[in-house]
Amino acid sequence: MIPELGHLALILALFVAVVQGIVPMVGAARGNPAWMALARPAALLQFALVSSAFLALMQSYVISDFTVLNVALNSHSTKPMLYKISGVWGNHEGSMLLWVLILALFGAAVALFGGNLPATLRARVLSVQSWIALGFLTFMIFTSNPFERVFPPPLDGNDLNPLLQDPGLAFHPPMLYVGYVGLSIAFSFAVAALIEGRVDAAWARWVRPWTLLAWIFLTAGIALGSWWAYYELGWGGWWFWDPVENVSFMPWLMATALLHSAIVVEKRDALKVWTILLAILAFSLSLIGTFIVRSGLLTSVHSFASDPQRGLYILLLLCIAIGGSLTLFAVRAPALKAGGLFAPISREGALVMNNLLLAVGTATVFLGTLYPLFADAFGVNVSVGAPFYSVTFVPLMMPMIVLMAIGPFLAWKRADLAGALGRLKMALAVTAAVALATWYLHQGGPILAVLGMALAAWLFLGALSEWAFRIKLFRAPLADSLKRAWHLPRAATGMTLAHAGLAVAIAGMTASAAWQSEVVRYMQPGESVEIAGQEVRFDGVVASQGPNYTRDVGHFTVFAEGRQIAVLTPENRLYPVQNMPTTEAAIRTTGLADLYVVLGDPDGSGGWTVRIYYEPLVPWIWAGSLIMVLGGLVSLSDRRLRVGAPARKRKTALAKA
Amino acid sequence: MRSRLFFLAPVAVFLVIAGYMAWGLMDPERNPSAVPSARVDQPVPLFAVPALYDSEPDGLATADLTNGKVTLVNFFASWCVPCQVEHPLFMQLAAQGKVELVGIAYRDKRADTRNWLKALGNPYSKIGVDQNGRTAIEWGVSGVPETFVIDREGRIRYQHIGPIHERDLTGKILPLIEELGG
Repeated sequence: MIPELGHLALILALFVAVVQGIVPMVGAARGNPAWMALARPAALLQFALVSSAFLALMQSYVISDFTVLNVALNSHSTKPMLYKISGVWGNHEGSMLLWVLILALFGAAVALFGGNLPATLRARVLSVQSWIALGFLTFMIFTSNPFERVFPPPLDGNDLNPLLQDPGLAFHPPMLYVGYVGLSIAFSFAVAALIEGRVDAAWARWVRPWTLLAWIFLTAGIALGSWWAYYELGWGGWWFWDPVENVSFMPWLMATALLHSAIVVEKRDALKVWTILLAILAFSLSLIGTFIVRSGLLTSVHSFASDPQRGLYILLLLCIAIGGSLTLFAVRAPALKAGGLFAPISREGALVMNNLLLAVGTATVFLGTLYPLFADAFGVNVSVGAPFYSVTFVPLMMPMIVLMAIGPFLAWKRADLAGALGRLKMALAVTAAVALATWYLHQGGPILAVLGMALAAWLFLGALSEWAFRIKLFRAPLADSLKRAWHLPRAATGMTLAHAGLAVAIAGMTASAAWQSEVVRYMQPGESVEIAGQEVRFDGVVASQGPNYTRDVGHFTVFAEGRQIAVLTPENRLYPVQNMPTTEAAIRTTGLADLYVVLGDPDGSGGWTVRIYYEPLVPWIWAGSLIMVLGGLVSLSDRRLRVGAPARKRKTALAKA
Repeated sequence: MRSRLFFLAPVAVFLVIAGYMAWGLMDPERNPSAVPSARVDQPVPLFAVPALYDSEPDGLATADLTNGKVTLVNFFASWCVPCQVEHPLFMQLAAQGKVELVGIAYRDKRADTRNWLKALGNPYSKIGVDQNGRTAIEWGVSGVPETFVIDREGRIRYQHIGPIHERDLTGKILPLIEELGG
């Protein structure tokens, strides 16, 4: 009964989407306020219906209703409750439902908090948002119905892929989806602006908080995903340039570019056409990202079961959404009035460079991801891996990092580069010291690693110098500086945090890639190996039983300078329902480095294969990401950006300025 | 006008990409997970594994595959569901007796393998046991099932990753065996 109600709610949501997609749009064209006003209740109703459907599916999972095909295929009665719930989106149909739910949630949020938008723009944005929903609701109802029944029902389910039974991965997809789908709002705003034929500073101000929100979730989602890959896959790596990773990375790069170009639109009324294009492309890449691995076009280690039939429907959907919006762009964008002029060396100039590098960077990732498909068309079978990206993407990002520290010091319109560099003297000196120290400590190490550490130091110090400069640290009495810091716009503090966070992450990425050490060997119980000055003793393996798996637990004792510092217990698990083995690495972190132990297989004579990694600074990658997320949140709390900030506050802010 | 072209560029690029995607989806021959094998055209690696049944004391080793016969080598396991899917095809093949088929049980308990073969039938003329998966590494096996075609000189001529379907057998493997004179 409940699943049928869920199905019905989906179908009703489809009808609401049709109405919401047409009536307010026509109303906006004809200037009919009643028709335009329909958008708000429709968006709320659509959200209510889709969330009922989602709850219905979740209910089926929670009570393990195996008469529902989706539950039977992806759940099991002995699975812990957390994974019963996360199983809802651990499969194709359920994840689509989550996608549509978030889409409807964002639509409802614009309806609720968009009170200060002009009526026509709001109506159009909500209509465009509804077109997207329409595409996905039909896709679900016709090709991927999550509520399909199975008869006769199986006695128990097939279980969720054990690799996905992990707290990190339980929350990774929802976060990533909030990021992906959050960009739909920027897309809807861009398309609505093209239809309306007007882009101004106010438009940019409305778009930015939504983009920022999406960016925060994308950052968190990608970081969580790479963290999961790091501790769960057992290879000691945290980024594999796998298609699934790349398709989440590309929207992130585009959203980052969009955040920065929207600033130029808001402050200087320039770069409008480019910003619109970015908004369209960012969401287009999200769409491609959601679908490319489901369609069977590319393979990946963690893709859903693919289906060519579904693939064609998806391609049609992509053509309508992306092709349609880009055609609209080609027709309408030339009419947008160009805005303020600026000299090459200026804040705008730096932001243009940022956008250019990010866009080219995205293009290289896109090319690398899709190259196997292109090459296949000519009968060549290739796979593109890390070496490609380290000679294309990485060098592109280096000048950007250099610029990132300088850009915030530059004034709008025309800037004084010498003055900006003068304020970075300290940062430059410390950067040189860091580079020399790195070089001295790791002689013979890769020169790129020295450069990476220097760039991280440069960006970190540059970001902090800018903040210190703004609050007149050390140039005014401390109390005065603190007062300035308190009154500094939160967006400025947010930027400092985000830039500094990236610097911390870069240091982690560089160090863990360049100075990782690794030992792989057979060990007999009682044997020891030495890695990075620590002694790791293998004490043996004990078998035991987990809630829905059996396991072999390895026991290792770690000594440093003869003193015991840790006991590590990596596991090999076997999930009997799917007969799937997984490894659980044991990680000891000091915050400065990780010791990472993975238990392999027995050699039949009492020994076991053991892999041990020592990864310097690797936790900094996620610490840096966390700081970036924090920066995003601080910036989002800025009064000027606040979603739906009361008009009164804006007026006082304007009066002050 | 220069700028018109500029504004049309994004949609043009997208259409090209969409064209590739359409081709990728429509072409039934395409298999994106096909990995070019480094082992093809190489001699069979040096290996020796014990036999599954105590009645065959010799086990299976490189020499068994360089005896002037065309041989199929199949890596399988009782815990592997796709292996069960391809198993009936091997039963047919064994009944026809066209080609010698040997099996290597990958990371499996002997008792489980024996029970599995008792239940489903044993198509293999010889079965080796690769308990720790080391021989599979020598062969470049990334998982079970995988099947190799070995020519008369003991050279690997084809590596099939994943379960064999009817069309793989009739479209590729049998013609190749024919060609090799098996």
